[in-house]
Amino acid sequence: MKINKIILSFISAVAILLSTSVVSFAKVVGDKIVLGAAISLTGKYSSNGVHTQNGYNMAVDRINSMGGVKVGGKTYKFEIIYYDDESNPKRAAQLAERLISQDGVEFMLGPYSSGLTKAIAPVTEKYGVPMVEANGASRSLFTKGYKYLFAVLAPANLYLDVAIRTAVELNGGKGVRIAQAFEQDAFSQDVRLGILDAAKETGSEIIIDDKLPKELNDMAATLVKVKQMKPDVLVVSGHTKGALTAIRQIAEMKVDVPMLAMTHCDAAKLSKQHGKNSQYALCASQWHKSLTYKDKFFGSGMKYAADFEKEFKYDPPYQSAESSAALLVFKDAFERANSFDKKKVRDALAATNMQTFYGNIKFAEGGQNVDKPMVLFQVMCDGAGKCENKVVAPLKWASAKLIHPIPKWSDR
Amino acid sequence: MDFMVFQYPMITIQACLDGILLGVLFALIAYGMALQWGVMNIINIAQGDLVILGGYIAYFMYLYGIHPAWGVIVSPIIMYFVGVGIYKLVINKVVDRDLFISILATFGISILFMQLMNFAFGADVVLANSGYGTTFLFDSNVVLPNSKIFSAVVSIVFAICLVIYMKKSKLGRAIRATAQNARAAKILGVDTEKVYAATFGINAALCGVAGALISITFTIHPYMGLPYTIRSFMIVIVAGLGNLPGVAMSGMGLGVFEEFADYILGTEFRIGSVFLLLVLILVYRRFKLSRKREYLK
Repeated sequence: MKINKIILSFISAVAILLSTSVVSFAKVVGDKIVLGAAISLTGKYSSNGVHTQNGYNMAVDRINSMGGVKVGGKTYKFEIIYYDDESNPKRAAQLAERLISQDGVEFMLGPYSSGLTKAIAPVTEKYGVPMVEANGASRSLFTKGYKYLFAVLAPANLYLDVAIRTAVELNGGKGVRIAQAFEQDAFSQDVRLGILDAAKETGSEIIIDDKLPKELNDMAATLVKVKQMKPDVLVVSGHTKGALTAIRQIAEMKVDVPMLAMTHCDAAKLSKQHGKNSQYALCASQWHKSLTYKDKFFGSGMKYAADFEKEFKYDPPYQSAESSAALLVFKDAFERANSFDKKKVRDALAATNMQTFYGNIKFAEGGQNVDKPMVLFQVMCDGAGKCENKVVAPLKWASAKLIHPIPKWSDR
Repeated sequence: MDFMVFQYPMITIQACLDGILLGVLFALIAYGMALQWGVMNIINIAQGDLVILGGYIAYFMYLYGIHPAWGVIVSPIIMYFVGVGIYKLVINKVVDRDLFISILATFGISILFMQLMNFAFGADVVLANSGYGTTFLFDSNVVLPNSKIFSAVVSIVFAICLVIYMKKSKLGRAIRATAQNARAAKILGVDTEKVYAATFGINAALCGVAGALISITFTIHPYMGLPYTIRSFMIVIVAGLGNLPGVAMSGMGLGVFEEFADYILGTEFRIGSVFLLLVLILVYRRFKLSRKREYLK
């Protein structure tokens, strides 16, 4: 009996403690607009998590120093509460819950990766909290009917679509033979669906369709098949592991293929890690600094890259650029809504139609950005072995001419 | 299912050779595991993480402009001391305990290592380029990267050296004596504590060699250790503890099995097929090995 009483009083003490500690400090405090973000600062996504955070921070500093956000005649500054989601979807969802219900955040920025965005989106949706995300490209994010999710980037199924269309064009409009190898994760499988669509539309044939495991570090079997069946295009998507493994083994096994298209080349620092072996690889990218989009905060892509490098001492990957763009979108939406009402801000976000240094931004019904095409760059090396990524498609922004077909290994 | 691998003889040969070269490397890791399992009755779940750590040592040498092949010399030396350190800190407290306790302890070490490596080296996938070329066989129909041949040769050399060392040296004899009967060895004046530390150190050193070879041949990443642990566990289970030729054969067999599974079932089932095989073999052997110390030849 006595023990029961002790337990009961202990539970009530804890309950009282919890109820008093949940004091929301609202989303707008004084002259600050508080945004929340769960970011992978540790765990397997930590490098890209840091790129994302750097992108956010850079935009916050820039917007704040250039006058902040004007709402209702008053000027506000951005501030972000970060939590580390440890690259774990469950943790990310918990942290989103905590940001909203404990910290009182009413506007969210996205995490890194499609998987984590998928974990957080149901939470923000439940509370009606607008979230602008910059690093979740999976198509399934945009088909669930989410009303409060907005992505500044192009969806995953468009990543390598351009490559197939370019190959068909170079083949005189006739369909091509495609070999593909994709990791079994949400993102890569969406890229695959995009290729299937493109192949169907262009009358191309898929002759090898391999799936790669999460622990991928050997794809010799796929490459042996490629050597045997001689496709016109080889497409690989398996995050940085996939890109690095593919280039290493293609070079070692001297696999000749007229076109090689991949994702995650810049995250994998292909040209740095593989040097000349990575030459001629085509890479899908959301952004490249040489694109000519402009805005008044960062100027151009080149200017953004220079400023970013000055602050963080490395060349900005597209993950940082798109993260910075997310803040520009929020600022624009707050000012047009002229209010901090979540519903009004959501409607303003849905009506976004603007240009940033990162690209044009206009959201479709599902929340994906439909006004910014993907770009393809090709790794090109000079005689001294110094390699650079040059944009080759779409033609509007091309800074170099696509080299096609890739010279044979015996001629290099 | 795709039986292309059997339709073209060249692909069959390619798969066999790839498998054998890979299997030799697996056998080296498995030999370390068999050694400490036999001597200390410890199943080291952190085996794969020691391998990856060894890989990072070679990678950092490569970053600083030293050819990563030197990693096969430097990495085992550093890893030996890492191994002895782990023994002194954790393993010596669980060495006489139940097998379950040691599995838990090494599982903990494995998680710790993964997080520490991620913290220290970052989450990027990295590799060290050896610049070794390619060997073409059968009119260029079979291609073997020289880095794979190099790693197989180095693995064999290290395995032979170790066998000789175990047979001829004083410490080697002490290790074998301890494996046969720790109590009797102790009575006869063998410092078993030292033997245990050395055994764990040697195992870590072998992992260091294998890691350096993996960074040259494949890629490394802080979270990539587990498949190597599983493979070596599997090889040891098949071969038995005291059976070095068995470890070599079972390593190569596993390598070839993986390659064929890759072609027939698809790359996505490669690791999965190893797990499946492991389950089948475990069921077949009815855990015969799990509690028994065997004598190490």
